[in-house]
Amino acid sequence: MGMAGLILFLFFVLVAIFGPILWPYDPLEFGSPADVLQPPSAAHWLGTDDMGRDVLLGLIAGSRVSLMVGILATVVSMSVGAFVGLTAGYLGKGTDAVLMRFTDVFLVLPWLPLMLILAALLGASLWNIILVIGLTGWAGTARLVRAQALAVKERPFVERARALGSSRWGIMGRHVLPNVFPLIFANTILIVAVSILSETTLSFLGMGDSTRPSWGMMLHFAFASGAISNGAYWFLVPPGLCVLLVVLAFTFMGYALDEILNPKLRKR
Amino acid sequence: MTRRYFFSKLFQALLTILIILVMNYFLFRVMPGDPVSMLVRNPRMSPEATQKVAEMFGLDKPWYQQFGIYLINLTSGNLGTSFIYKKPVGGIIMERFLATMLLTVAAEALAILGGALLGIIAAWKRGKRVDVAALGFALVTYAMPTFWLGILMVALFAVTLRWFPTSGMLTPTLSMAGFWQRLPDTLWHLVLPGVTLALVLLGEYALIMRNALIDVLTEDYITTARAKGASEGRVLRRHALPNAMIPMVTLIALNLGFTITGALQVETVFSWPGLGRLMYDALAGRDYPLLQGIFLITAIAVVGANFLSDLTYRFLDPRVKE
Repeated sequence: MGMAGLILFLFFVLVAIFGPILWPYDPLEFGSPADVLQPPSAAHWLGTDDMGRDVLLGLIAGSRVSLMVGILATVVSMSVGAFVGLTAGYLGKGTDAVLMRFTDVFLVLPWLPLMLILAALLGASLWNIILVIGLTGWAGTARLVRAQALAVKERPFVERARALGSSRWGIMGRHVLPNVFPLIFANTILIVAVSILSETTLSFLGMGDSTRPSWGMMLHFAFASGAISNGAYWFLVPPGLCVLLVVLAFTFMGYALDEILNPKLRKR
Repeated sequence: MTRRYFFSKLFQALLTILIILVMNYFLFRVMPGDPVSMLVRNPRMSPEATQKVAEMFGLDKPWYQQFGIYLINLTSGNLGTSFIYKKPVGGIIMERFLATMLLTVAAEALAILGGALLGIIAAWKRGKRVDVAALGFALVTYAMPTFWLGILMVALFAVTLRWFPTSGMLTPTLSMAGFWQRLPDTLWHLVLPGVTLALVLLGEYALIMRNALIDVLTEDYITTARAKGASEGRVLRRHALPNAMIPMVTLIALNLGFTITGALQVETVFSWPGLGRLMYDALAGRDYPLLQGIFLITAIAVVGANFLSDLTYRFLDPRVKE
């Protein structure tokens, strides 16, 4: 299963890196009226969209946006989650109580309304979307890291570092973090899957960067232009299928890595 | 002890709501796109109107007094006025709340029943074809964007096959009809969105049920029950299931944020007149007070449900000690 995930992932990464170079695509270059919502043909393998643009070229260009946002948003949320979790777990006491209460709030919040409000207030540029997804999705990581940091900080080598006079932040960064890392790593890959889904949903609801259309943005235009009642399946199915495959790829890899890296660590 | 548990959980829930209120307030006032000061700075507004808005939100006062005014407004149910509808936000949300409740409760019930059933079958036939299929189903529904599943459902069952209506909650010609005429029509409209949302939730419930049941089935008391000559059906119903249900109760409450997120998407696709569709419209019109109100109400609903689940959990599993 992990292997299948890896192959799918590599396929989409190659498409995202080289696709837009080999087949350039300008989302602002509309086709002629005769090209609007045409079914698949020899000229357009996956048909055309509501503006007469080629759906396949759009998919290729979208793969770069979707993957990039998913991965960068994960970097943001991992950094925040690791920082909060380490600080809470290592410092303990009052800091721990306050940070964990805050984490619990983020854990149960309905994240979609929160993301939408943040995106609407900040303005829906690509970087803001990355920031918004990252800043709303860190709570689970913080909990994981905290639990692990609590276990690691009791180990002898941490005490030794403390006895040698290392500073708190030095110990956290140099001794606790590397030991927490394997646990974070498998989790990171699962979070990429969630981030890609979040980006797709945000874009579908109109909170995306329309100059850099992602798969979610394509679905937004498909839905808004009435592709459902026109029966334009070639415009509706492929972008969603791409999201499904990429998310599955990350999920498979995440679970496979989790089994390799943390055989007994996680009970749930 | 029990009373102490109750009050500590209640205190936690109230604290969470307070944090949400503070966040909501600061999002509203401190962010770059701060809608209130933008409203005040709007050159087309008359000076009197500007003055009135500024007074209402206390913009001339220091921030802690402004936060106080915000809290007082909230406790009297005043969530502000919608930019689009020009009506109080609280009233608009109340009108839509029932539709979302109907959709969520129906889908949740279907998902719990279906998920539990699928989980039991998968656990019973562990490693067999049914089990693998259940796992595959759970993974695929998890990886699918919820709104996309909704789009596929509309395209297939409403547009192509014409079995169900494409959108809305009521056939327009029935809007003046009596309750007993509207009820079957509304239920008919509920089928597609309800099933869509249920499918998204079902996979995870099935997995949790399966794993919990497999855990329980290896316990000593199950062997004891079998040794006493209980039939397999009785072992399952009387001894295994009650204990395997416990993790599901927690998951249902923890998942409520996820459920609401799903409901918001499903409503958008099916034009279901609930909070999700309202939010979509509010976003399109940059109606900040309405957005904030929807966020606040859904957040409080989730915290409330988690509080209730903590209490139920304690009741279901007396071993839990805090």
